[in-house]
Amino acid sequence: MPGELSPKTPYAKPLPDPNPVTQPFWDAAKEHRLRLQRSRKTGQFIHYPRAVSPFGANDELAWEDVSGRGHVWSYTVARRATAPQFESDVPYVIAIVELEEGPHLTANIIDCDPDTVRVGLPVEAAFVDVTPEITLVQFRPRSAPAE
Amino acid sequence: MTLRGKTAIVGVAENRPTRYTEGATTLGMLADVAMRAIADAGLEPAEVDGLLTASFAEAPFMAPATVVEYMGLDVHYSGVVDLGGATGAGMVARAAAAIAAGLCETVVCTTAARRERRTTGGQRGSASSGFAGRRVDRTPESEFETPFGAIGANYGYAMIANRYRHEYGVTPGQLAKIAVAQRYNACHNPDALFFGQPISVEDVLASPMIVDPLHLLEIVMPAAGAAAVVVTSARKAKRLKQRPAYLLGAGEHTTHRGITYAPSLTNTAIKAAADAAFAMAGVRRKDIDLASLYDCYTITVLLTLEDAGFAKKGQGGAFVDGHNLQFDGDFPLNPHGGQLSFGQAGIAGGMSHVTEAARQVMGRAQGRQVRKCETAFVNGNGGIMSEQVSLILGRDR
Repeated sequence: MPGELSPKTPYAKPLPDPNPVTQPFWDAAKEHRLRLQRSRKTGQFIHYPRAVSPFGANDELAWEDVSGRGHVWSYTVARRATAPQFESDVPYVIAIVELEEGPHLTANIIDCDPDTVRVGLPVEAAFVDVTPEITLVQFRPRSAPAE
Repeated sequence: MTLRGKTAIVGVAENRPTRYTEGATTLGMLADVAMRAIADAGLEPAEVDGLLTASFAEAPFMAPATVVEYMGLDVHYSGVVDLGGATGAGMVARAAAAIAAGLCETVVCTTAARRERRTTGGQRGSASSGFAGRRVDRTPESEFETPFGAIGANYGYAMIANRYRHEYGVTPGQLAKIAVAQRYNACHNPDALFFGQPISVEDVLASPMIVDPLHLLEIVMPAAGAAAVVVTSARKAKRLKQRPAYLLGAGEHTTHRGITYAPSLTNTAIKAAADAAFAMAGVRRKDIDLASLYDCYTITVLLTLEDAGFAKKGQGGAFVDGHNLQFDGDFPLNPHGGQLSFGQAGIAGGMSHVTEAARQVMGRAQGRQVRKCETAFVNGNGGIMSEQVSLILGRDR
């Protein structure tokens, strides 16, 4: 499955290169928590992490944990690898997940048959430790539908 | 201020798309095609006082001066336009704005993509298309999309297609018909990459599934090429040898870069761009004789037909069923073959929708000339439905 950590071979896929603004996201992921920035001005969560609020300079962004629950906004099943490093994963699902808190994230839908993924499928965050430094936030189908 | 009728495209040049280039530099290609566009207009280089170029890897900065120097130009206005597939259309709008504002009178707009057989680095073997190949770390894309294999553009358009199917519905055959009609057109264009290779709906549906639900023949094949146009004032256009293609309207809209952050997958930024262009031009949808729509994928065309206002939202599939999209049909679409069948020469592929619309309005499209082509609609689409630029070109001001 995408993101599986093998102890023998080094992780060969592209890795994120966090910067000071985004580091809290990755620090939380490493602790298997999903944490996003939230606007104090509007109450809205945003993703990806930013150095400035899209709601203006008189706003402040604060980090807050979110549920990790959402649904598939859309998806595709890659029948051919989108890049050479992903060839052994074919077929794999690339999806945009809409979190219950609003923001959209791109991730793979793992731990399922790719052909069962549909728009609207309820999913939950799945934290995959791919290197000692990086944990990717993936998603897997969630049995109970969203409330 | 309006740009309506203030400027015109008066010169066009384009390379025949090829799979690869051998040893050519992007700079040389940009200059060569620009010079040929100037000659096509019946102008001397000394009469050109503006230059817009696409960005290219060989000149990571100061690209305009690099091209100006190489061409031996002397300009009062220059710049890079960096709108992905909308670059060509965006150049025409920017050139027109600069001319109307009095900064210059005649602007050459040039785009080129080389593609070497052997490439080092780059994920898709694309040497300098401006779309891929230069790895830049610490971008939102490299941090939050690339690690998941969300690389290139195929996956994004596939997600758009799946969302569209969920919200409105479209059959694989309806999408395939778009590719088939464009291939028919390409078979009437000796310059097209797929000239002489007709396809059927069955061929499209039998081609390999690349990213669900997009088949191989619904996806552009990377190519190399170059395309340029010359834009000048209406006053000057009247005195030149070519019949001008006047710019009647232009509109633009951008909201996102990565598809993850698009406000909607099915109601796109095209609507605002097209509405602005039609409002400026003062023409109606039914006045359009030719639609030159950016077509990186079949789903792109379907969404553009709807959001540009030719088909009702959700009725794109029925529209495709109900019309003949060939150059000799009742709704001529991409008579050059579109990028799907003419070829997607990187950044120059987007310009091909401008050059084709201009040639058609000028009456110079030879064996694929659309009858009575007086008004053309062009849409340029950058990234994954990111930057949108719409133009309306007309035979009369």
